[in-house]
Amino acid sequence: MLDFLKQPVASFQDFLFLAGRSVANIFRAPHYYSDVFTQMDVIGVGSLPIVLLTGFFSGGIIALQMARALNTYGAGSQVGAIVSITLIRELGPVLTALLVAGRNASGMASELGSMKVSEQIDAMRALGTDPSQKLVTPRLTATALMLPLLTVLADVLGLFGAYLVSVPLLSLVTGTEYWSTSWRALVYNDLLQGLMKPFLFGVIISLVGCYYGLNTTGGTQGVGRATTQAVVTASIWIFLTTFLIDKVFVS
Amino acid sequence: MPATESIVEFDDVTKRFGETWALKNVSLTLKAGETRIILGAAGSGKTTLLKAVIGLVPVDSGHVRLFNQDVTQMGEHDMYELRSKAGFLFQEGGLFDSLDIGENVEYPLSNQKLAHDASDEEIERRAREALRFVELEQTFTKFPSEVSGGMRRRVGIARAIVTEPPLVLYDSPTAGLDPITANTIMAVIAKERDTRNTAALIVTHRYQDGELMANFRYDPKNDEMIRVPEDEHADAQRARTKFMVMREGSVVFLGTRVDLERSTDAYVKRFCKH
Repeated sequence: MLDFLKQPVASFQDFLFLAGRSVANIFRAPHYYSDVFTQMDVIGVGSLPIVLLTGFFSGGIIALQMARALNTYGAGSQVGAIVSITLIRELGPVLTALLVAGRNASGMASELGSMKVSEQIDAMRALGTDPSQKLVTPRLTATALMLPLLTVLADVLGLFGAYLVSVPLLSLVTGTEYWSTSWRALVYNDLLQGLMKPFLFGVIISLVGCYYGLNTTGGTQGVGRATTQAVVTASIWIFLTTFLIDKVFVS
Repeated sequence: MPATESIVEFDDVTKRFGETWALKNVSLTLKAGETRIILGAAGSGKTTLLKAVIGLVPVDSGHVRLFNQDVTQMGEHDMYELRSKAGFLFQEGGLFDSLDIGENVEYPLSNQKLAHDASDEEIERRAREALRFVELEQTFTKFPSEVSGGMRRRVGIARAIVTEPPLVLYDSPTAGLDPITANTIMAVIAKERDTRNTAALIVTHRYQDGELMANFRYDPKNDEMIRVPEDEHADAQRARTKFMVMREGSVVFLGTRVDLERSTDAYVKRFCKH
């Protein structure tokens, strides 16, 4: 009766094994530092333009949408507070993570998937290299380190976008007022959330991307399937995680 | 290593992928200096057998011994050192796209360097030597995507033999190649056997590959393949080169070339057409 559950449970178990090994690899030799830096460049620097652009526009859009609602209640001066809380707690981390999932979870799944179907992963094992150490751990470290940094930059650009909308464009508040309300709205907890989330998302994105890549079967068609599954699964996990974290922090 | 010592030993090995048998009660022994040609239809378990030798595919039951160590009882990390004693040529070469050909061939050496201490010059010298062996030294700085399929396999052979292992496993070295390129590759494999007396498991679809291994030898003086003259020496070489036919995971035939040609089994006969 429970047969249909066997497959997903077994996959999840494999995923946890891979995750455990990849984390343990951080603390044991050999270390592939040059691979970590290459991945930091691919994930961090490579995602910068799209992440900054998205951050900027999401800030601007929140300000535009909120302006009308806030004005109805005569609370137009609070726009900075609304923007900074939504952006730093929630939208900054989630949007950045979704973008990086789209860009890099798919990239990892297709790169590792191609290596799997062309027997390069087997070759690596045959030549005495642990693929989790050489391929997964550098991607895990790089994503977990770069995603919080990307999120901070997206947050800053978002606040700036919202500033442009609320101050020069709509004249809701003065510049000083905008920056001081948005600054005062934040508490320590928000910053903690805003940095912890992208760190966890980074772990999820890289592990999910690598897991699907390493488990690719069925030739080039399989690579395509793995890529799609990686992005979908990573996105679902991002939403689930952010929901759980919010639940813990809010209550 | 004494000539009688077995290098690879399968003892009643079984492996299933879902409902399909990849290996069904397979037992075999390969001794030092022997060559085994493995024939069989697509999906008959040939590649799985080869991968099980170095533990790339975990088996369901039975024992696989490589250099008298039980691979089935070892963890992945314990196998790394043992695997360095066996070269492996993957079907399409299995070269790393992100590394150039020189780095690919150096990889087994520089990887071992983490444990042993060899200088960079020494590693490069040996990699060039291995590439010269397959006559591709000029491609040292090229990338695998820049050379032809046949050349990629030869680079794969260079990478497999650069550590001078006593055993080399070849997975379909000639599949998908034209007859001339295929013969060049088989000549390289025979040359490797005759210059270093390595044991080999060769998975192939082509009967000619096995025929060449059984009847030809490398002549270092003229750097060419010659048909073995009919003498006792020839018998010894033929006895060392055995043929094995697989069907749906089982070994259905084992014997010399002559036995294979005399076989009356319809399935086995399919693999000895000229």
